[in-house]
Amino acid sequence: MIEAKALSRRFGDLLAVDRIDFSIEPGTVLGLLGPNGAGKSTTMKMLTGFLTPSSGTAAIFGHDIQGEAMAARRLLGYLPEGAPLYGELSVLRFLEFIADARGLHGVDRRKRIAEVVDRLSLTEVMGQTIDTLSKGFKRRVGLAQAILHDPPALLLDEPTDGLDPNQKHEVRRLIRNMAADKIIIVSTHILEEVEALCNRTMIIARGRLVVDDTPQGLLRRSRYHGAVSLSLPNVEEAASRLGALAESAEVEVRRGRLTVFPSSQPGLFEAVSRVIHEQGWAVDQLEYEAGRLDEVFRRVTSGGISA
Amino acid sequence: MNNVLVILRRELAAYFATPVAYVFIVIYLLMSASFTFYLGGFFEREIADLEPFFHFHPWLYLFLVPAIGMRLWAEERKSGSIELLLTLPISTGQAVLGKFLAAWLFIGLALALTFPVWITVNVLGEPDNGVIVAAYLGSWLMAGAFLAISACLSAATRNQVIAFILAVVVCFLFLLSGLPMVLDVFRGWLPQSMVDAIAGFSFLQRFGALSRGVIDLRDVFYFLLVISIWLFANRIVLEMKKAN
Repeated sequence: MIEAKALSRRFGDLLAVDRIDFSIEPGTVLGLLGPNGAGKSTTMKMLTGFLTPSSGTAAIFGHDIQGEAMAARRLLGYLPEGAPLYGELSVLRFLEFIADARGLHGVDRRKRIAEVVDRLSLTEVMGQTIDTLSKGFKRRVGLAQAILHDPPALLLDEPTDGLDPNQKHEVRRLIRNMAADKIIIVSTHILEEVEALCNRTMIIARGRLVVDDTPQGLLRRSRYHGAVSLSLPNVEEAASRLGALAESAEVEVRRGRLTVFPSSQPGLFEAVSRVIHEQGWAVDQLEYEAGRLDEVFRRVTSGGISA
Repeated sequence: MNNVLVILRRELAAYFATPVAYVFIVIYLLMSASFTFYLGGFFEREIADLEPFFHFHPWLYLFLVPAIGMRLWAEERKSGSIELLLTLPISTGQAVLGKFLAAWLFIGLALALTFPVWITVNVLGEPDNGVIVAAYLGSWLMAGAFLAISACLSAATRNQVIAFILAVVVCFLFLLSGLPMVLDVFRGWLPQSMVDAIAGFSFLQRFGALSRGVIDLRDVFYFLLVISIWLFANRIVLEMKKAN
């Protein structure tokens, strides 16, 4: 379990992280969301023990990050932002260094290195100098060092940033495969990642924790949640007709696309479908909206709405 | 202790994985040889000792040691790997010590590779090899003091050029404090005991004694103390300035 109590960090006049509280259980993949500079990385750096909190505390499986820093660090794997590595070393030499620093010996050391190399498909580049690797490979080496000692908690700071779509997909698959019994915290500003990966989401804005919810819960906060969008030639007529439905609260036309928002009465989608059918409209697209994360994100991080 | 060795091994591996080690060693050997034979007049003196060899070491180290020390922390900061290093279950003190020892051993290796000059002087005459051993020890200790200064200043910045210049300036002050022209400035208005104290900081005087074969434990202790203090400062600088 990872717990934070009133965790804060100040840089001069700037309050980068402002009294954040949370508690995370194993089996959680937590998406840490927020605009750039909101305090995501600072929060992570405090959990890893790299930065000392200005006030407040945090504990990794009961080990205080300051009082028992070494015990806490042993339970963590960490991929810093941008996945910095020792570029002049070969992949093998680098992983051996991490294994030594993590206190792995003999058979155990060999086995763990072989396992992560296999898991991250690094076999072909083992002898290569890290500086000469492609970005995707470097990120994989970064992940390999983070999971080398099989830690119960993983902190990944923007693990897919700067990767191409295939590499992103691959990194996400890796994270999902490890998720079962670990705590994984992934910081990101890519919203699709949260839906693809996480079962819990925290949004940080201006140093404050503004939302702590599941991705589904987050979608439910969207004004688009349960709305129906359609595009068809005679938008104006359709708008007035659908706006009159008891199931619709409001209609909105944007770039030729009509969105009907639900009222308190359920069954909007069926009602809309029925009208389309009755009127014989030639509809190009019809979509049930689960909610839009980007809209929730923008609203929560710019406005003053709190959890 | 084991953690210190882990850091030390990685550092040494890094030296030899890049041209840094080879360039440094070659330049060091070339310069120390040319100083000895041309500026020092090794042959012309017709004395079987290594005085002309060791005489120029402080000035050689003044530039070469900061060149080794400047990258120790500034490079880690620049590349961000400092975050990787200091979140491993290794304390800051162990990391500081491991890095310092690796660089110090490396300089020691370069120094040891000057052995042909020692062989030469033994072939040509009958030098006092005890003096030579003491001088080698003194030279290595002085290099360690320069290195500790450079390492500490390297931790204060992410820019290696700044780290280098700062280190050269501070090392220069430590060197100069024993020269008459510096002491004369103070002699007019400071009591003699203070002037002596300032002179006592001088690497030149301490090293001068050692290179003449006088192993005074106070001189050895002085260099070890300077190293310890700067390494301790190095640790504090890192703890304070982790964020940027």
